[in-house]
Amino acid sequence: MDLTLHIWRQKSREAEGRMETYRVTKISPGSSFLEMLDILNEDLIVNGVEPVAFDDDCREGICGMCSLVINGVPHGPDRGATVCQLHMRKFHDGDEIFIEPWRASAFPIVRDLVVDRSSFERVIRAGGYISEKCGSAPDANAIPVVKMDAELAFEAAACIGCGACVAACKNASAMLFVSAKVVHFGRLPQGQPERGKRALAMVEQMDKEGFGNCTNQYECEAVCPKAIPVSFIAEMNRDFLKAALSTSDYE
Amino acid sequence: MKLDARIPDGPLADKWTSFRQHMKLVNPANKRKYKIIVVGSGLAGGAAAATLGDLGYNVDCYCYQDSARRAHSIAAQGGINAAKNYPGDGDSIWRLFYDTIKGGDFRGREANTYRLAEVSNNIIDQAVAQGVPFARDYGGLLDNRSFGGAQVSRTFYARGQTGQQLLLGCYSALSRQVSKGTVKMHERKEMLDLVVVNGEARGIITRDLVSGQIERHAAHVVLLCTGGYGRVFYLSTNAMGCNVTAAWRAHKRGAAFANPCYTQIHPTCIPVHGDQQSKLTLMSESLRNDGRIWVPKDAANVGKAAGEIAEDDRDYYLERKYPSFGNLSPRDISSRSAKEVCDEGRGIGHGGRGVYLDFRDAIERLGRDEIEARYGNLFDMYERITGENPYDVPMRIYPASHYTMGGLWVDYHLMSNVPGLFVLGEANFSDHGANRLGASALMQGLSDGYFVIPDTLGNHLASNKFEEVTTEHEAFAECETDATERLDKLLAVGGKRSANSFYKELGLLMWEKCGMARNATGLKEALKRIPEIRADFWKNVKVTGDRNSFNQDLENAARCADFLEFAEVMCHDALQRDESCGGHFREEHQSEEGEAVRNDKDFCHVSAWEFKGVDKKPKMWKEPLKFENVELSTRSYK
Repeated sequence: MDLTLHIWRQKSREAEGRMETYRVTKISPGSSFLEMLDILNEDLIVNGVEPVAFDDDCREGICGMCSLVINGVPHGPDRGATVCQLHMRKFHDGDEIFIEPWRASAFPIVRDLVVDRSSFERVIRAGGYISEKCGSAPDANAIPVVKMDAELAFEAAACIGCGACVAACKNASAMLFVSAKVVHFGRLPQGQPERGKRALAMVEQMDKEGFGNCTNQYECEAVCPKAIPVSFIAEMNRDFLKAALSTSDYE
Repeated sequence: MKLDARIPDGPLADKWTSFRQHMKLVNPANKRKYKIIVVGSGLAGGAAAATLGDLGYNVDCYCYQDSARRAHSIAAQGGINAAKNYPGDGDSIWRLFYDTIKGGDFRGREANTYRLAEVSNNIIDQAVAQGVPFARDYGGLLDNRSFGGAQVSRTFYARGQTGQQLLLGCYSALSRQVSKGTVKMHERKEMLDLVVVNGEARGIITRDLVSGQIERHAAHVVLLCTGGYGRVFYLSTNAMGCNVTAAWRAHKRGAAFANPCYTQIHPTCIPVHGDQQSKLTLMSESLRNDGRIWVPKDAANVGKAAGEIAEDDRDYYLERKYPSFGNLSPRDISSRSAKEVCDEGRGIGHGGRGVYLDFRDAIERLGRDEIEARYGNLFDMYERITGENPYDVPMRIYPASHYTMGGLWVDYHLMSNVPGLFVLGEANFSDHGANRLGASALMQGLSDGYFVIPDTLGNHLASNKFEEVTTEHEAFAECETDATERLDKLLAVGGKRSANSFYKELGLLMWEKCGMARNATGLKEALKRIPEIRADFWKNVKVTGDRNSFNQDLENAARCADFLEFAEVMCHDALQRDESCGGHFREEHQSEEGEAVRNDKDFCHVSAWEFKGVDKKPKMWKEPLKFENVELSTRSYK
């Protein structure tokens, strides 16, 4: 396949960026999208041009590092998949493809298609954990978990923290991401003692980082590579409201 | 070089308890005065940093990714072993220990492996307390499944994402410590060198991958938790960023590299599709619980669609050769058998390098829904990559480089021969011998991080006096200059080839000559070829951009340069180990049926290599392996 690529190039956070056009030829339909970019970069390097910077690591759809907006859609046209799982057979010979970074003020650009997602780190640090002490845990089967709850907690825990939900949202809201963590622990018996406090603290940090609010567009769910449902946002809102009205969750 | 494994005296089952009873402790008020550097944030590093932080130490943790949660432990799919014996099928700590030491073809250290089995149960308790959503039954209790090399169901799992869920458990514990201020997390920082002061590891040099800044960090001890070197092969299932740099730098500063020739080739990967490929994708070996592996009996049939090949014309070669373990035979045996049938011209798919993994019978027996419940996400992943639906046509699989059992030499305390340098998880060599069983990597990473290092490190700190060392020490200046000059040298070559092209050239050579099967002739060729490729690299590589900014080209080139040095010691090790054992298969040493033949008389030892300089032959030291509790038998899975 021969393709025309329009790619966002930006040297640093402060520098001004622009779209640049490149051609790639003889791409195998069995190649992945990132392998196609590897081929472009190989060509650029040999010609002494700095390659296009993009984040990736596992290339199996699980580490959450890759983060490209392809033709306006975070992670591209394949639903329920990350960019690294996208294969060129989904495109046609002669296609023009537009490749941009995640766009959100809470995710400043590092270079080209690489963004800084440390805001997510700070949200997790605000309360995305169960406080336990290493070595003092009771026997694992001492805490039975209702299968339905275990399954739901798993569904929420499947979030890979890529940030596509934010990139897809016109408000750059991180509520799908935050709710996934709130629901993951909120559904488990181990997570109960800090349930209210967790929802309050994580939402507060989310606001501080400059993520927008949810206006029920459901774009996040549509692009989420792990199919995290928006119903989790409602569950988080419930936990938040309940905790906001309760006295036991304030220190 | 002195290699004292410092294994506690006493019966095997009491060694760890005995160590813990006699270890020295650090006063709680003094813990924060000790600065600990942890390099890597996967299961070993993340668990160590979180636990040491929780104990009150002053911890700095470094990773090259943009978040600790992205370390490659996340990609482990299948599960984690523990000797809980919840299913009541006869499991015990002893049995888990024995399976692991036997699976490792009797080339691991008894005491380390026993301790691993011993703490395995605590890991499950710890993970559940953190909220790791393991699979459960309708009674709400934990579920188990079976894995290769074992006849009990001892594997805990979270669908096909066990590594991710365990890592997220670890990451949440780590995040909690970061919020409490006991751990400082340094993302997008890559270790470039180890700083040794008066013979002790006292710090590291890093490069900030965003600003390009070269930085010095001093500490009382350094923990390397930087994973394996599987990417020395082209292709592998490792993440794109996985590298040998941290371990190799430590090696060049004096740490012995043990058993580098022990590499694991995983049998169930999606085969290569063509030469534009960047990496391979592994599929959990749990698929082998229900999938049946076969190739056509007759090479003439390889071109036919699977459905057109009659039952009688199929060769279920693992079931045929190993009736008691069948499709669940250990990884090395399964991988080699696949290579064998492909070498015979019976392989299917691109280049004749593939075998079928067929779910037809399981779907008939259990129904499509049950198969979907068990393996749904793996089936989806397979379809996404290959464009084929495994519910309708059998999967195609082929072995790929996946894990490395070799690594930096450590003693029972997980300390290398450089005092103050500890090595955890895949980066060390200690627990798996010459072959690792499935669902044991997660177990080892977490065992080292959560349960071993907190005790052995405390003992080290309490037993030693530390002179005051700051980053002003000349050793830091020297290491910083070395690191900087090396990067500048890469940028200055100004050749015509990309670093990646050299990486591929080396990786293909290693796969060809030092991969699933090795022989003396091939290894000697590789040892001749590697220095040539390395020389060519330093003459002809083209690295764009500069050192003082975000530069992925430079990162890759620097990692490639280290692989080009490391590959040599791996081949030296494979050449001197003139026997077959586990993942190290020397073609000269096989039985008539093609099974690995060990030589316990001459090779029942750990080979630890000392660095003597680039372009100089490293020196080998031996740590004899003593088996006092198990009898060295020939592994048989028939």
